[in-house]
Amino acid sequence: MTPKRRRLWLLIGSLGTLGVAAALVLSALNDNLVFFYSPTQVAEKSLGPDRRFRLGGLVEAGSVQKDGQIVRFTVTDTNKTIAVVYRGILPDLFREGQGVIAEGALGSDGVFAAREVLAKHDENYMPPEVAKAIKEAGQWKERK
Amino acid sequence: MADLHFLANPARFRRFSQRVLPSLGFATVLMLAFGLYMAFFVAPADYQQGQTVRIMFLHVPSAWLSMGGYALLAGLGASLLVWRHPLAALMARAAAPVGASFAAVCLLTGSLWGRPMWGTYWVWDARLTSMLLLFFLYLGHIALSRAYDEPERGDRSAAILALVGVINLPIIKFSVDWWNTLHQPASVTRLDAPAIHNSILIPLLWMAVSLLFLFIFLVLVRTETEIDRRRLENAAVQEEEAAA
Repeated sequence: MTPKRRRLWLLIGSLGTLGVAAALVLSALNDNLVFFYSPTQVAEKSLGPDRRFRLGGLVEAGSVQKDGQIVRFTVTDTNKTIAVVYRGILPDLFREGQGVIAEGALGSDGVFAAREVLAKHDENYMPPEVAKAIKEAGQWKERK
Repeated sequence: MADLHFLANPARFRRFSQRVLPSLGFATVLMLAFGLYMAFFVAPADYQQGQTVRIMFLHVPSAWLSMGGYALLAGLGASLLVWRHPLAALMARAAAPVGASFAAVCLLTGSLWGRPMWGTYWVWDARLTSMLLLFFLYLGHIALSRAYDEPERGDRSAAILALVGVINLPIIKFSVDWWNTLHQPASVTRLDAPAIHNSILIPLLWMAVSLLFLFIFLVLVRTETEIDRRRLENAAVQEEEAAA
């Protein structure tokens, strides 16, 4: 084996080992790398009151109620829903049917008191006319 | 004889790059000018984001190029460590700051887009954090390659760092699929059709190619400079040795 070959195999071997190590670490940390919990996950994990976490899902259509600075809405993953109350300014993309991530904690009444609300953008980009045309043709796919 | 061998490849590279650079520079300027014109005046506003969508024309190509640039660094690192290619170390020194700049542009434009759209400049989700790590890997590469008195030792250490950090590239790419993140999933590089309308996709791809030209141009110019610098340093060392 020439020195070049030996160095090449050494390199491939080290990178392979490193890759396996990284994969193991990441899968072990999987739960902590998640940015938010869906309402279903919240129910499964039974995250109790006063535990701060991020709740993510879609703003349920027709659920937004504004009362001055206080906003109430429900977050859904189509399986389970959680009511949210928030006081403050909402981001531009916040609207019914859109993805949203709220940070806060569940109150004892089961309502999620949000300290911060972030809008999640989806991966679709199109001009307004196209969006309108698709909607008019009845081809608009609401996100699951 | 060893010295002659060391110079052979860089010299050939220099002749090649000097032939290519003027026309490449000219093409880069023209393409960038037309790309920016399309990005600002031709491409339509997005149905949800409005005018803010235009940030993407800089943000997305910068992200691609900073990742491609890092893959280049890793390839050069392997070529230095395994084959001892004399040009690889010099080109890695040239490419690292360029890649770092594209990573910085990606992070800054993303942050400026995030404020109006998401409602925050920054969150520690998997995509944003792994991208920040890429920027730090670039900074580490730059620092490490300059950390020794003998430049060859710096080249080796930086090459090892480049190869170790390559693990981060698939993590950046798939972070939005493996974990839920605030950052949206891929719109262009996915298996089915892109989720971007052609009127926005074409300017985006045009900008990506223009910025790729810019990247290549900058790396070639900087590699020439590194060749000259290394020659001067070697000459200075030889002079000192001759004097002593």
